[in-house]
Amino acid sequence: MNVIVLSAVWGVVMMFSGLFIADKSKAKYVAIAGLLVLLVANYFDLHHKFLFASSIGNMLQFESFGMIFVTIALLSTLLYVLLSGAAVEKVGNHAYEYFALLFFVLCGVGIAASYNNLLMLFLGIEIMSIPLYILTGADKRNLKSNEASLKYFLMGSFSTGIMLLGIVLLYGATGTFNLVIPAVSKASENMMVSAGIVLLAIALAFKVSAAPFHFWTPDVYDGAPTVFTSFMATVVKVAGFIAFVRLFENAFGGMTDVWQYTIALIIAATLIAGNITAVFQQSVKRMLAYSSISQAGFMLFAVYSVNAFAKEGILLYAAAYCLATIGIFAVLIKMKDFTFEGFNGLAKQQPLLALLVSIFVLSLAGIPLTAGFLSKYYMVLASIKAGGLLWLIITAMLCAAVSVYYYFRLIQAMYFKEGDANAIDVNPRFKALLVVAAVLIILLGVYPNALLLDWFHIL
Amino acid sequence: MMQPGLYHLLFISAALFFIGVYGFLTRRNLITMLMSVELILNSVNLNFIAFNKYVWPQRLDGVFFTVFVIAIAAAEAAVAIAIIINLYRSHQSIDVENAEELKY
Repeated sequence: MNVIVLSAVWGVVMMFSGLFIADKSKAKYVAIAGLLVLLVANYFDLHHKFLFASSIGNMLQFESFGMIFVTIALLSTLLYVLLSGAAVEKVGNHAYEYFALLFFVLCGVGIAASYNNLLMLFLGIEIMSIPLYILTGADKRNLKSNEASLKYFLMGSFSTGIMLLGIVLLYGATGTFNLVIPAVSKASENMMVSAGIVLLAIALAFKVSAAPFHFWTPDVYDGAPTVFTSFMATVVKVAGFIAFVRLFENAFGGMTDVWQYTIALIIAATLIAGNITAVFQQSVKRMLAYSSISQAGFMLFAVYSVNAFAKEGILLYAAAYCLATIGIFAVLIKMKDFTFEGFNGLAKQQPLLALLVSIFVLSLAGIPLTAGFLSKYYMVLASIKAGGLLWLIITAMLCAAVSVYYYFRLIQAMYFKEGDANAIDVNPRFKALLVVAAVLIILLGVYPNALLLDWFHIL
Repeated sequence: MMQPGLYHLLFISAALFFIGVYGFLTRRNLITMLMSVELILNSVNLNFIAFNKYVWPQRLDGVFFTVFVIAIAAAEAAVAIAIIINLYRSHQSIDVENAEELKY
């Protein structure tokens, strides 16, 4: 509750500070202050101490799963602003407004992580999406950015329509928007519930860019200003997954026979489409867009297997994926050329940077000792515990092997190819922050329980 | 005179929804596509009200959901118009076929 209220308030504060502070380069400091306030507020949230006493009529439920995710999202956003805050200010003339929109997105993330009612699910997803349509088109003079925001808007609003149709069918059958679906007896009502579940699954698959609803993702991620791609591909995407998991665990957990096989097909399609297409990409930015689709395939295992392992796994996955992707994007923003050739010979010019990028890439590929490996392991383990399908798990393993190819192409370009790639204005603070992110990835891979998962049981 | 019943309203709402989907998929003018999206949202609104009135008349859940959908649709339309104006400035056209920078 604290985070939801304060992030909306801080968004307004950001906009007004744009009026009173003429210096554009101060915007990131206001944003960092806001994120620290939100982290304190989130600490109180975790201990169920609410600063605002309000009757929410059981529409929001602050369980530890969602709250820990909000902590991860806030910390990732803090890392993102510290690493790429200066790049946000360079996108255009409205630095304060961009950060304000980021705070509104965080408000949506807070709602999506704690909704207990389909109305709140709808509002949370929309509050996350609408500021992103604007941020995607933030680079107003760039044709690609305009088109990306147009595509994102069209796809997003269409999926909103599908989600609403799903909600209305559930409402018609049960008469409530609560996540606890009352048992229905009549065959026609049963049909409506099943159709509603499938429509909601399709709409959320749109939002998390799962195949066959992923076609907007590469274009939008490619066209959007790179800083905002970094935010969209990490915090927002994972928040979509948290909403997805909470919906299917809390509301439809008892009806796995209706939707589980559909989700399995979506997982297989996402893994294959994401990984195979990523192999052919020449631009690192576009490769990362496809890699985010293939990672979405793995994260969908958490939706498929509704159990405690899946919940722990998705939290670990969220942390690992956000850290690694934000790190790679932070380096990518500093590069002149976004193609693989643009990374040729980076190891000679910037040995530390090349090493850190390698760690992030290894984590995304799921090499042992990194958090990426353990999160993939948790996902597959959860689906096995849920009696997972053998062909699905074999597909996942094969696709993980394919993904190694395009991730290692980046390492190969940096270490084994001749070139004069260099990152512009890299200061020691930037490098230190990236080192922190890389160390966190390795520590999460070695001690996941002490760092993250134990909190799930303590709180 | 015949009173409209639940099935009449559901029929109209389903028809509007599919007209919206058809328009969204076939039209190439951005304003028309935006109108189609609004048609989809409003058909769902009609559905909410119909279910509220005829199936679950005890509480006003459905009606209140409609109010939120209208508010969100207004916010979306505002953003959409801004995006379309921006695209018009750069392309001198509001036809989606002309927006093809990202195709390759």
